[in-house]
Amino acid sequence: MDMTRKPAIARGTILGPGFRALLGKEVLRFWKVALQTIVAPVVTTLLYLLIFSHVLDEHVRVYDGRVAYTAFLVPGLIMMSMLQNAFANSSSSLIQSKMMRNLIFILLPPITSLEIYLAYVLGAVLRGLAVGFGVWLVTLPFVPWHALVPDHPLWNVAFAVFGSSAMGTLGLIAGIWSEKFDHLAVFQNFFIMPLTFLSGVFYSIHSLPVFWQTVSHLNPFFYMIDGFRYGFFGAADVSPWLSLAILLLFNLVLSAVALRLLATGYKLRS
Amino acid sequence: MTSSPPAVEFERVSKTFPAASGAVRALDDVSFTVEQGEFFALLGPNGAGKTTLISVLAGLARPTSGTARVLGFDVTRDYREARSRLGVVPQELVFDPFFTVRETLELQARYYGVREAGPWIDELLTQLDLTHKARANMRALSGGMKRRVMVGQALVHKPPVIVLDEPTAGVDVELRQNLWAFMKRLNGEGHTIILTTHYLEEAESLCTRVAMLKAGRLVALDSTERLLRGVGGVSVEISAERLPEALAESATLQASGAFGFTLPDHAALEGVLAAFRSAGVSVRELRVGGADLEQAFLRLTARDAGTA
Ligand SMILES: Nc1ncnc2c1ncn2[C@@H]1O[C@H](COP(=O)(O)OP(=O)(O)O)[C@@H](O)[C@H]1O
Ligand SMILES: [Mg+2]
Repeated sequence: MDMTRKPAIARGTILGPGFRALLGKEVLRFWKVALQTIVAPVVTTLLYLLIFSHVLDEHVRVYDGRVAYTAFLVPGLIMMSMLQNAFANSSSSLIQSKMMRNLIFILLPPITSLEIYLAYVLGAVLRGLAVGFGVWLVTLPFVPWHALVPDHPLWNVAFAVFGSSAMGTLGLIAGIWSEKFDHLAVFQNFFIMPLTFLSGVFYSIHSLPVFWQTVSHLNPFFYMIDGFRYGFFGAADVSPWLSLAILLLFNLVLSAVALRLLATGYKLRS
Repeated sequence: MTSSPPAVEFERVSKTFPAASGAVRALDDVSFTVEQGEFFALLGPNGAGKTTLISVLAGLARPTSGTARVLGFDVTRDYREARSRLGVVPQELVFDPFFTVRETLELQARYYGVREAGPWIDELLTQLDLTHKARANMRALSGGMKRRVMVGQALVHKPPVIVLDEPTAGVDVELRQNLWAFMKRLNGEGHTIILTTHYLEEAESLCTRVAMLKAGRLVALDSTERLLRGVGGVSVEISAERLPEALAESATLQASGAFGFTLPDHAALEGVLAAFRSAGVSVRELRVGGADLEQAFLRLTARDAGTA
């Protein structure tokens, strides 16, 4: 057997082979069980659409009556499903590895904190995009064609990617912090769910009393949904530039926290 | 850095775990060196700190103070270089139920950036007697098989330094023999091998040098041979009519009715036999048992407890 003493990873490599391997594993992990990780959330979201649009489409119009309720609702639902699934992907992957105690197999190889962070977050983004695309496809028959072809697709892509990456990062942090599934459920039920539901998925915040409008402006999820919606209609509650700036800031803060936790080995290395 | 650094160096490594009932000092100022090409045993009772020491080496635990190096590379500062040269078989039996045996090994090889790992993985499967299970899901394996996959995972990148933390726990005797034959072969090819084990006879027959830990402290570090000679001594059983007065203090009565002596070395036997001769007692039977690490270990840890 040849005894190569040469490291397989060249010095100065920023994203080495360990990153690609880990990203591949993260994608395979949800792709192999796509029925649960992609199809199921698409179906759930479709049910929301059917129920809410059936009840409200006749009565509610948004943006000064320019947009029918169902058309307004769809982008919010697409974004919400992307955000929730991006979070679910990184958080559940990590907590499962921790519970099964096989995380050690990625802690032993020469993989950097940055590589671990990017692999988990990119995996989460891809899952988010897959679910979002699926929701978009199945909602097409329910909305007039012109309402579901984005006016400004670049905004959609930007908000989809950065929204998912923020949530993938949050999922990574939650997964690191949680010691069991219960902890993760607390995070999900008392933080993620309320904030996404109260972010203007189901209504324009301009229809709210002033006090609740102000509260909504403190919710980072509001800007993700609002900016994504702008891509479809060219109309939104606030400027898409403001939403994008806040989303990027949110990403920056979360990734700084995640990278710090990984670098110090918080709850992962003793 | 010299042209040929030691395989492993521990320099004044201490590790304290915070705990509800006061801090646990798992490692207390441990220093020693393992040279390249050694077959080295790390021994000690449960809770001695063996796994913690290995965790420090592997970067799974950060030392509270002190440093560890793999082939000259600091495990904290140059962790990529250190880890790419180290293969660790963890003590705890763990696996990813998502993958088959072969997928598990292939994925681990990719983590280390091994290209074209196929032929080496085939060989690992053969050596570890897992070829027929290559396509089985990890969940479907027995404990011993899972343990062997873990050995394979530690070897996918052909690390120059291999550490096995109680690798034979739960592995049956025949497979244990196979595993040791494989490790001997790797050692013969230049790999440094460090193992921790509860089976002292394993360390005795395989390892040229031994470190013993107790309560986080290094209590012995020597060649296996010298440790056996110097500390373990020789156990002797003598069957005779009666025990000479002069030996009353040093003998123990065995279940067989013979008198047992634990001597520092073979030369000391001469004195014992002389005492029998001068007392006019004829020796009916004489059995000399080899010293073993078990005795050496008991003596060392007992001595240590006495001074503590
Ligand atoms: N993660 C940890 N947190 C707290 N205490 C620990 C941890 N790991 C090990 N210890 C303690 O450190 C000591 C040494 O443990 P260990 O290294 O596992 O010993 P060994 O492998 O020799 O049996 C024990 O007292 C153990 O309880
Ligand atoms: Mg141990």
